Amino acid sequence: MRVGIIGYGAHTPRRRIKVEEIAKVWGADAPSYKKGLELKQKSVPALDEDTITLAVEAARNALKRSGGIDSRDIGAVYVGSESHPYAVKPTGVSVAEAIGATPDCHCADFEFACKAGSEGMFVAYGLVKAGLIKYGLGIGADTSQGAPGDALEYSAAAGAAAFIMGADEDKLIATIDESYSWMTDTPDFWRREHKFYPEHGGRFTGEPAYFRTTMGAVNGILEKSGMKPEDFKFAVFHQPNGKFPKRVGKMLGFTPEQIEVGRVVPLLGNTYSGASPIGLTAILDVAAPGDRILMCSYGSGAGSDAFIYTVTERINEVRNLAPTTRWLLDENVMYLEYGEYAKYRRKIRMRGE
Amino acid sequence: MRDVAVIGVGMQKWGELWAKSLRDIFVESALLAVDDAGIDHIDSMYVGCMSSGLFSGQEHIGSVLADYLGQKNIPGTRVESACASGGLAFRLAWMEVASGVSDIVLAGGVEKMTDVSGSDATYALATAADMDWEGIHGATFPGLYAMMAVAHMNRYKTTREQLAMVAVKNHKHGAHNSRAQFPFPVTVEQVINSVKVADPLNILDCSPITDGAAAAILVPADMVSKFNKPGVKVIGSGHATDTISLSQREDLTALKAVELSAKRAYEMAGKKPEDIDFAEVHDCFTIAEIIVSESLGFFEAGGGGPAVEAGETDREGKIPINCSGGLKSKGHPVGATGLAQIVELTEQMRGDAGERQVDNSRIGLAQNMGGSGGSSVVHILEVM
Amino acid sequence: MPPSRAWRDYPQRYRLEAARCKQCGKVFYPPRLVCDKCGVREFETFRLKTDGTLATYTIIRTPSQEFAGEAPFALGIVDIEDGVRLMAQIADVEFEELRVGMPVKLEFRRLYSEGSAGVIHYGHKAVPIRS
Repeated sequence: MRVGIIGYGAHTPRRRIKVEEIAKVWGADAPSYKKGLELKQKSVPALDEDTITLAVEAARNALKRSGGIDSRDIGAVYVGSESHPYAVKPTGVSVAEAIGATPDCHCADFEFACKAGSEGMFVAYGLVKAGLIKYGLGIGADTSQGAPGDALEYSAAAGAAAFIMGADEDKLIATIDESYSWMTDTPDFWRREHKFYPEHGGRFTGEPAYFRTTMGAVNGILEKSGMKPEDFKFAVFHQPNGKFPKRVGKMLGFTPEQIEVGRVVPLLGNTYSGASPIGLTAILDVAAPGDRILMCSYGSGAGSDAFIYTVTERINEVRNLAPTTRWLLDENVMYLEYGEYAKYRRKIRMRGE
Repeated sequence: MRDVAVIGVGMQKWGELWAKSLRDIFVESALLAVDDAGIDHIDSMYVGCMSSGLFSGQEHIGSVLADYLGQKNIPGTRVESACASGGLAFRLAWMEVASGVSDIVLAGGVEKMTDVSGSDATYALATAADMDWEGIHGATFPGLYAMMAVAHMNRYKTTREQLAMVAVKNHKHGAHNSRAQFPFPVTVEQVINSVKVADPLNILDCSPITDGAAAAILVPADMVSKFNKPGVKVIGSGHATDTISLSQREDLTALKAVELSAKRAYEMAGKKPEDIDFAEVHDCFTIAEIIVSESLGFFEAGGGGPAVEAGETDREGKIPINCSGGLKSKGHPVGATGLAQIVELTEQMRGDAGERQVDNSRIGLAQNMGGSGGSSVVHILEVM
Repeated sequence: MPPSRAWRDYPQRYRLEAARCKQCGKVFYPPRLVCDKCGVREFETFRLKTDGTLATYTIIRTPSQEFAGEAPFALGIVDIEDGVRLMAQIADVEFEELRVGMPVKLEFRRLYSEGSAGVIHYGHKAVPIRS
């Protein structure tokens, strides 16, 4: 039985803030941040946007591309995020309610820094493969925070991508041919409970964390599947900035052409649990039938989930049934100044706080 | 049904009455009406009050105020229809006399709004709107009228200046009313440049937060000669409701409740809009007066703005509207407004309006409205 | 708004569920128990489409308590198909763009939250359709 993606969709807030705008406030050198991070701007959620709202809109786009499945046939809704609106009360129930998947539905929220989205995808896929549910929805969504003036403030962004997994032959958009996960306890980036901003280990987040883990997962899936980098048309990695995915791609033997479509971070920022999933939607928007795609997420802490997809004929019928990721990146934008950005990101202490 | 007349009215100065409680405010105006009428007892009383609960944490005020007015054990009824509470209290008082159930009935209205913060007052007022389907989206009372203004301006090319002119006119009139909260003139520039509330409305387009009360005494018309003052007969009364939610209205630029309540009052009185000499209408916001003047049949749809600009609703104009100063200048203690309109009509009809006096004051109309037009009460009075 | 009261309206707020009178076809959002056009008490439930146009709008500058800190924001009445009209905030819009007749799409958004400890209320807001 083939199992894979039968619907996919992304959603981002409209607002953006440019690196220059942030650098101006903190007296930092904008050109060197832009060059060092390979990042121009990031998305900013408005006061009325959060992980739930972004996840719902991404899920609705995925439903549009599923060719009209009955949402009551979705047997599981998993949302992975590090910015769930409630500490106790799952994001998934609100998403399931909004799309009409309730009450016959399994739901759980996932968390694992930036790979929480791919976890949701993995478990949804697994349940379909096991024959326990007909369709499973896996979503990565975040409205991440970066401490003011910290390096992460330039990249911490907001966005969501949703994938409906199923096994209906006439609905498959991309099959999942292989999956593999690699994880260790690596304290590169974390947030303690009740703290508003995360902490990180500076340069420790690079080689021993992001690179080691990503390479562990990618090498693992290549070995497991017997494939080589040349066998893929596209590859998408976790993208905390514009440089890391290029470098890890090169280290693993992928070319810049293979990586470029999925590398959405320069115009969007790091959407955390949405990062590699949104990159995957950008690829699906332009992929041709038969194209093979490698996706590898990375979550600090640390772990990576890798997947191999093969695109089917059906991609041509569905890609324009919902907004494309390119449209979200290029056309659906409104620019902010730092003051409005600080208000939207609730960085301003209000009365009573 | 008996004919009914108003033989006494009373209203104190309105404003931020810090030293006076809800009970004091009501009793003060009620006693002025009692004295004006020269009555020695009351058979029954109706009190219009939108929200003593939210403003003062006090319900059951039919009982509280009958008690504090010293009218032991009489029937006391609190009437609520948002900002039309006063007009509705008057209507029910009229019904009780007209039906023969009682002879001397007090209709009063009161609101004590200043004990709560501005935003709590805004919340209380917003409960006149649809809390579940409008309030939850952040709709405020001014916001609802602002949306009507945008629709009216879009369809009829009513101008921002014409809206401001309503406030200018009403302040010009109110400057002659010693009981008004804001008895001073304002200019179009001042209105347009005042603090923004909900575009296109600025604060000077909006009626204020006010403490105050007003009262009237109603008796059968054939008993008028027993009392102090000339009677003013109630010849028409009309009441209508419309959808609570602005988004469910048939026409965003009209007020159907006003049209229907007026139609019912005109029919009962055997009168037409042209027969009305002067009116007190519900200018909770400047746009409200413009739309109401059309819905009452004084002007055609879309004609309200140009009419105000041409001075037709000035005291010396074709159909003087709000010579008391209206809600804008006089103030708007919500439940009291409907009765204050009756006070003005009565004083004008007796020839006692001083510098506010209109030349022709034989037949007057009072229109009192709740929420964004969810209810409207119209009364037509005639000199006896 | 108490959790129970908000929860009762989730089908309308979350899924835009409306009711169509089985006799005369009038659509009610929110649903009613009795049709005010023909008096019939039987309805069928369906979900409204999300595309519409602005019938009117305003910009709230002085908000009520629950929306303190969010002003100024745009609020309007949206015409959806089936003759349904509903009120919604207008989000992601520059105020200069607002006009009667503007095409909008309803998107899932936070309506408001009861402070930092209370329930978060979700529903829909209208966003401009930009091709």
